[in-house]
Order: sequence, then C-alpha cells, then structure tokens
Amino acid sequence: MRKNFNVIAAYSIMMGLIILVGIFQSWNIALSIFNLCLISAVMTMGANIQWGYAGLINFGIMGYTALGGLAAVLISVNPVQEAWSAGGLNILFSLFFIIGMVLAVRYVLKKYEKSKKRTYIIATIIVAGIIIIRFVSEPGIEAIEEVDPAKTGFLGGFGLPIIFSWVVGALFAGGLAFVIGKVALGLRADYLAIATLLISEIVIAIIKHEDWLTRGVKNVIGLKRPAPYEVNLQQTDWFINLVEKFNSGKLSLISDFTERQSALNQLVIEGSSVFVKLCYSGLFLVVVIILLILTQKALYSPWGRMMRAIRDNEEAANAMGKNVVKQHLLIFVLGSAIVGIAGAMLVTQDGLFTPGSYRPMRYTFLIWVMVIVGGSGNNFGAILGGFVVWFLWIEAAPIGLYLVNLTTAGLDDTHFLKVHLIESVPYFRFLMMGIGLLLIMRYRPKGILPEKIEIK
Amino acid sequence: MDFLNAIILLLNYIFVPALAYGSQLALGAIFVTLIYGILRFANFATGDMMSFGTMFTILFTWYFQSVGIGLGVLPTALLAIPFAVIFMIGYMLLIDKFVFKYYRVNKSPPVQLAMVSIGVMFVTQAVVRIIIGPSDRRFFDGEKFLIRAGEFKDMTGLNEGLAIKSTQVITILVTVILVSTLFWFLNKTKTGKSMRAYSDNEDLALLSGIDPKKIVMITWIIAGILATIGGALYGLDKSFKPFTYFNNMLPIFAAAIVGGIGNPFGAFLGGYVIAFSEILLTYAYKKFFMYVLPESMEPDGLVQLLSTDYKFAVSFSILVIVLLYRPSGIFKGKVL
Repeated sequence: MRKNFNVIAAYSIMMGLIILVGIFQSWNIALSIFNLCLISAVMTMGANIQWGYAGLINFGIMGYTALGGLAAVLISVNPVQEAWSAGGLNILFSLFFIIGMVLAVRYVLKKYEKSKKRTYIIATIIVAGIIIIRFVSEPGIEAIEEVDPAKTGFLGGFGLPIIFSWVVGALFAGGLAFVIGKVALGLRADYLAIATLLISEIVIAIIKHEDWLTRGVKNVIGLKRPAPYEVNLQQTDWFINLVEKFNSGKLSLISDFTERQSALNQLVIEGSSVFVKLCYSGLFLVVVIILLILTQKALYSPWGRMMRAIRDNEEAANAMGKNVVKQHLLIFVLGSAIVGIAGAMLVTQDGLFTPGSYRPMRYTFLIWVMVIVGGSGNNFGAILGGFVVWFLWIEAAPIGLYLVNLTTAGLDDTHFLKVHLIESVPYFRFLMMGIGLLLIMRYRPKGILPEKIEIK
Repeated sequence: MDFLNAIILLLNYIFVPALAYGSQLALGAIFVTLIYGILRFANFATGDMMSFGTMFTILFTWYFQSVGIGLGVLPTALLAIPFAVIFMIGYMLLIDKFVFKYYRVNKSPPVQLAMVSIGVMFVTQAVVRIIIGPSDRRFFDGEKFLIRAGEFKDMTGLNEGLAIKSTQVITILVTVILVSTLFWFLNKTKTGKSMRAYSDNEDLALLSGIDPKKIVMITWIIAGILATIGGALYGLDKSFKPFTYFNNMLPIFAAAIVGGIGNPFGAFLGGYVIAFSEILLTYAYKKFFMYVLPESMEPDGLVQLLSTDYKFAVSFSILVIVLLYRPSGIFKGKVL
C-alpha cells in the first residue's frame, strides 16, 4: 500500500479532476474526456512498450493510428456490390501482382549473392511490377470511384461488427510495423525517429488519396456502433424508467404533469448520450485493463528483463547471446499493434473516419508528450500521462480563457489586445504542452511516475 | 520550333519552380545539418523556428508598409529581413540558454535533446499562432513578375510562355549569396575552421583550445540567419501559414539526410535533389510529349508518374531508399 501510494494518489487526483468537470461543466464532457483519455492510454501503452521497455524511438504513431481506423472502416462498412462488380476484379488482380512482385524480390534476394547484378534485377522487377499494376488497376480504380461518388465510390468493407476491427487494426498496424522494422530498425535512434515520422506521412498520403479503398478526404461517416443509438434509447421503456428512477427526487419536486413530462424528456435525452458514452467507457476500460495486465506481466517476466537489458546495454546483451535485432523487431511490432487497436477504437467511438484529420502534432508528438510526462518504462505512468495530457489538452482552452480574462481584467472589452488574446485561446494548449514537456524533461526527466523495477 | 516549345514548357513548369523550391529547402537543410553537426541532435523545431523568423519578417514588413517605407519594385520584406534576423538570433540564444544548454552541459544523449526540441516546437508553434494567428498571410509587394508568360510569347513568338516570378529570382540570388558566404566562412575563417573541427571531434577541438561556448553561440547565430531567410523566402514565394511551415520540416529533414546529415554542402544539394524529384515525378508530361512526338504517337493519358497528391511521399521515399542503401547520405555525412 505504502509502496504504491504515489500511483494511487496520482490516479485519485486525476479521477477527481474528471469528476469535477462532470459537476461543473457537464457529465457529457467529462465522459467524452474520459473516453479519449482511455484511448490515449492505449496509445501511450503502445509507445511505452517501444520506448520505455526497449528504447526504440517511434515517431510513426500517426500512421498506425490511421491504419487502425482504416481497419474499422474495412471491417464494418457493408460491401458495395456495384463497385466490386465494376472494378473488384482489377483490384484483386493487382493484389496478386503485388504479392507476386514481393515473392519474386524475395526469391532473387535468397537465390543470388549480394552484387550489382542482383540490385539491378530487383530494380527491374519493381519498376516492371509497378507499371503492370498501374495498367491493371487504373481502369478498376476509375470504375470504382465512379460508382455513386457522393455516397460510396469505394469498395466498402466486410459488413462485420465493428468490434472485430480492434483485432484487425492491431494486425494491420503490426504488419506495417513488421515491414518498417525490417527496413529501418538498424538505424541510429534519431534517424529512426525521422524515418518513422516520414513513413507515417506516406501512409497518411496513401490513405488520403486512394479513394477506392478509403474514400479519401470524402470521409466515411455513419459507421456501425457497438453501443446502442441515442435515438433508439430515448424510445425504450426500460431506459426511460431507469432515468425516472435515478431522478425521482428531482422530478417529484415538479407538481405539474406536463411540465414533469417535458423535464423527464429532457433528462432522457441527456441521459441517453451519457449512457452511450458509458457503454464506450466500459468497452475501452476492458481493453485498457487487459492490456495493462498483459504489459505488466511482460514487464516482470524474463522477457521484460531481457528487453531492459537490451535497452540499457545493447552490446552486453548481444554478447550474452540475446538476439537484439529479433527482439527489437518483435517489440516494434507489438507496440505498433497496440497503437493500431487504439486507432480502431478511436474511429469506433467517433463513428466516422476522416483521413484528413490525421496530423503528426496530434497523433505523434502529443502521444510522445504523454509518454514522457507520465513516465516512460512504467505502464501506470504512461496511462496516467495519457490521462493528464489529454485532460489538459481539452481543458487548456477554458483555463487559457480564464487566465486571459484575469490578466487583462483592467482592459476594456473591445481593447485590441484582449480581443486578439481571446481569439487565440485555442493555441494556449500548444504552449501548455510545450512548457509542460520542457519542465518535466528538466526537473523530473523520468516522468510523474518514474520507472521502478522491483525484483519479485 | 516544337522542340523549343517543349524546352520552354519544362523550364516554366519544372526547372524554375524546382530551383526556387530547392533553394528554400536547401537553406532549411543547412540549418538542420549545422545543428546536427555541432550541437548533435535532430532539431524537430526546424519548421517552427523558420515560421517564427518569418513572423518577425512579416511584422516588420507591415510596420514599414504602414509608415510608407518601401523598396519600389523589390518587396519590402527584403528590408525587414535584417531586423527579423536580429530578433530571431535573440530568440535562438534565449532558447539555447534556458533549454538546450542544460542538456549539453550534462552530456545528455541526442535522443533526449531531440525530445526537448519537440517541447521547443510546441512552444514556438504556440507563440507564432498566438501572435500572428494560424491563417494564410501574404506579405509580398512590389513587382510580381520579372517576365510574364504573355510578354515572353510576344517576344519570342513561341506557343509556350515562360513566366519568371521576381520572388523566384530573389530566392535563388539570395540563396547563392548566403550559401557561398557560409561556405567561405566555414572553410576560410578561423572561427569557421574551429567550428568544423568541433563538429569533427569535440574532445580534440577542446584540447586545442577551441572555446565551445563561442562555437555554440555562432552556430545559433548562423542558424537564426538561415531560418529567418529561408522561411521568409518561402513565405514570399508562396505564402505564410504556420501549419505549412511545420510540414515543411519533413522534406527539409529528407534533404539534409539525403545529402548526408552534418555535411552542409550535401544538405545544399540535397534540397535540390528533393525539390527536383518531387516536381519531376509528379508533373504531367502530356503536353511535353505532344510537342516532342509526332501526332500519331501522342499519349492519351496525362503521362504522370505519380499524382500530385503524393508530392511529399516522393521525397520521403527517396529518403527511405537512401537510408537503406547509403545511410550516410549521398555525400558522406557527420563532418562539417
């Protein structure tokens, strides 16, 4: 108990803050902050596995998040039959060609010794493959994008429940991480950071512009939900009864029947959106807890010990017979897969997929701030970082507004400085994040909840 | 005649824009490379530092415009740049004193410094947006074109026009002057030589009595000059928007690494490599082939290797290929 005092205190304060938001602003806001905190926590766990356990720097978080989101679309959206009949065959053929190309390259790599000739052969295969794929896929893509572009214009998905996409998102992200890891993991830390950042930008460019697959910037809206819809809830008897029961004290104060009915209606509408958010919170909480248990187990397992050994001294670990390259690749894939889950969860919660919204500031650097602030290497720290930073990110605007009003209280309401400052309140969040990160890095470089390893 | 038309077409749509864009990237890339070579970390605040310098340029330009000082046909911003540079250098030295110095003295690993630079990035970005706002700003004034497409057509009687914007010429001229001065400084002066020595081998440089404080200060001063001028030229040529500047960090990094990070000359060429490949690979060559090929062989499609949407992706792919096959860059990096 005493040992974990820090952790318990930090989490209680955090929960208290969210509850305060619920009391003073609204429970709707509090719950939406809480849900996004949980999603951020999953992302930070992924980043923490890579950075905290193994010391791998991955600035490609945005790419994996987007891939998770793509998985949500591909799993849950109903297939568009016309699009499939218009150009599905071409796409399938191109897919075969891509697989064939990869196999051919692999074959050449295995068969021949490293030489100039081999490089040329591989280059020829790739260039020829790309040209063939271009010719095969182009008519298909055009045909698909012409199928009712206002509504579909893409192939659609498999029409399965969206929950499955959480697993598929992990697989997608893990797969991408495997490829990137094979290519880039040999690089030095800062090169790796830049390379992953740029690769994630390529992923976003592809998702944004391959309309036949993702609808691109036209966005996919109205995805299926794992939770009930508000509109349906508002008409279900048991839910109305539940709301009535909860607010019986408040309602009994109103004597007039029609007034009471309208008050109840209002409460039902509010309650339904809170209820839906609670459903999501429950689902997300399950994911966070499962991941937390798994990652904690991994951290204290012999494998976790080996990872720390590799992190702290790669050469020594290598000399002890640990396969550093293989373990790095493994942890790179695992961490990215977790981020992929978070990406799918995010799209599930929003119910829409907007490729244009994936920006490195929000999905890569902010997550890194979370990990560093929370405490890298410590799962509880990383989760807390996700909570604290997301909470501040959202609440920075109200806090900023309050501060601006406080400091410019002496000025007239129409004074240009005051107007300008109030207009720029949304950007105070960047300032807050930056200063927070700098202060933490300087005075508490191990984060709010530092890593501590006890031998059990 | 057709052949000449084709050449002019390529000059107009590929060569001139790529040269200007490449110069802007090159200045940024030298900035990245200098910081990497001497202070030994990847500076993720590059784009935002450039937008910070540009912001000062814009503010001074507005001031000069409001009091009616101008340069006639030249943009007022050229007059504003020196003042902006002074402020920018002050900002750089301030950041170094309060943020980076601590980690340098403690000999923190480069990764930690890179993280710190992310903090600086957040702060700089916030300050820029709070002061000047996130929207698009154009601050160009003076004569817009050196040669207009129409004039060129009248002059030569060709079908294709060649339009040269004055900002493009200014960009290229300023880059050439600035970069040659920088190389002269690095190669011929004592301070420049000591900077290179420091970058090559820190301990040895310290042993031979080189003052690290002075080196670091001069590095930040040069960085401030490069960031402000590079950013202002980009803003003059296109437009100023903080978000675009943040995004420009990525091709700039690509340019620096492709040229061999830590090597200013490599970074300089890297900027052009990135710019030219971006534009060459995403240009639709249909019209070019229409001029060059006989009518029967004219292409149906746009003859575009990649859609323009993938402009950024091109430079990143080049970077990935370079990292795979020649991690030290085209020119060997790591030494100034």
